[in-house]
Amino acid sequence: MARMKFLCDAERCIECNACVTACKNEHEVPWGINRRRVVTIDDGHHGDEKSISVACMHCSDAPCQAVCPVDCFYTTPEGVVLHDKDICIGCGYCFYACPFGAPQYPQEGAFGARGKMDKCTFCAGGPEEDNSQAELDKYGRNRLAEGKLPLCAEMCSTKALLAGDGDIVADLFRNRVVRRGGRPDNWGWDTAYKEQL
Amino acid sequence: MAVADSLNKRKKMMLWSGIFILLVIVLLPMSGYIVTGLNESQQQSAEPTNPRADTWRQVRQGNEGYTAVTGQEANELIQGSGETWRQVRNGPMATYGSWFLGFVLLVIMAFYIMRGRVELTHPRTGETVERWTLNERRLHWTTAILFILLTITGLSILYGRAVLIPLLGYPGFSLYAVGAKFVHNTLGPVFMIALFAILVKFFRHNFFNKVDLEWFKAYGGMVGDKHPSAGRMNGGEKVWYWALATAGLALCFSGLVLDFPNFGQERQVIQLAHVIHLTTALLLIAFSFGHIYIGTIGTEGALEGMTTGQVDVAWAEQHHDLWLQEMREKNTDSPRSSE
Repeated sequence: MARMKFLCDAERCIECNACVTACKNEHEVPWGINRRRVVTIDDGHHGDEKSISVACMHCSDAPCQAVCPVDCFYTTPEGVVLHDKDICIGCGYCFYACPFGAPQYPQEGAFGARGKMDKCTFCAGGPEEDNSQAELDKYGRNRLAEGKLPLCAEMCSTKALLAGDGDIVADLFRNRVVRRGGRPDNWGWDTAYKEQL
Repeated sequence: MAVADSLNKRKKMMLWSGIFILLVIVLLPMSGYIVTGLNESQQQSAEPTNPRADTWRQVRQGNEGYTAVTGQEANELIQGSGETWRQVRNGPMATYGSWFLGFVLLVIMAFYIMRGRVELTHPRTGETVERWTLNERRLHWTTAILFILLTITGLSILYGRAVLIPLLGYPGFSLYAVGAKFVHNTLGPVFMIALFAILVKFFRHNFFNKVDLEWFKAYGGMVGDKHPSAGRMNGGEKVWYWALATAGLALCFSGLVLDFPNFGQERQVIQLAHVIHLTTALLLIAFSFGHIYIGTIGTEGALEGMTTGQVDVAWAEQHHDLWLQEMREKNTDSPRSSE
């Protein structure tokens, strides 16, 4: 079975934030929560400026999963890291452990008390029945169950953001690097998947 | 003579040519340095680094970029300390923490089996003296009950996944953990106030002196049958006080960092606070095991002081003789009959 991965090609990302918007709209993500964000390094420095779209990378040995006190995370056979909002207690540990800053919390109560965690699902919903109303309400759309890939990558105008079978994503990116020269900077892969291209 | 002369000359020539050849062998290969020697170091530093690699090095070091998305530390691409925190918490902290608590319990059990209860050496006189005032007892039990609640809920968050999920199941433990988290986060600051009150109230009684040194030398009368002298607080109680005054304060302040995410403290600060919170909590929980043991089944007649406020004069004479003397001097009719 395919191992799902994200890859953002920093040579192509133009910081249009369409992935962020697409994600928010597709999943009806609540106010104040962004499952995906675009970060620009050396912003304003001509020639050095690089942008990367980042969300949950669906790590192989996910730190969030390891520190969760109620063990609400699970990895699907496709390598997508999902969590059960009925089990989550909103303790914040996954946010402390995550290298990518993926977990987000709606504020619930005074003094910043956290509600149930929300993060990128690789458009794969949650533990509820596929494409049920309950799944839509809690986790957003389950595009993988419909045979589609994550919308952020599908919408990307420069095809900087790639999502899908890790082998195919790696091949696409490797071909690009061969044609344009330079080094493959598959950002975040060594952290998330413990491997380079 | 001429023959000998020419032989000498030949020997000399051989010697000198030998030295010359050796020198050339050694020096000739080094002649390259005449050209490159000086430039070499310059060349090394002038070698251009891959500028793109610099970008990614910056990213790995957690340098901040710009992002249009608002959120805590959203402009940081990679946060490396999270993995360290995970390794520390799930590894040594959780593992050695459980061993440590188990070990302390075992030592206390073994001590109880071997030594048994420290009993009154003289029969009860029936005459009692007030050891803890009503306010002191209220303060003690408030802090004690909060401490126990925070211990149970805190250990549930640390060890519940391993211990309680097999018992309660995922939904069951989750429901309990929501409550545990709420209780822990709400009662934590209350405990802090109670602890502060205790620390202030008993401050003047807890300076170490020579009497305490003798008390420790005699193992506080717990080993053997000696009865070391003690004032109102004995050496052990003073150690417990200072443990609470140091580790307890660190526990409280690190807890505040974790309890109020609305101030936007960074993850690295939170991780450090969490490790401090765990270390001091495990330490004080182990300490409290000893405190509870000595105050209940470990010592005959100790618990009644904290429940009724009154202790028997025989008990006071045995455990806090200097304090009893002081009380008698202060108020000659202080020891009153319970009849």
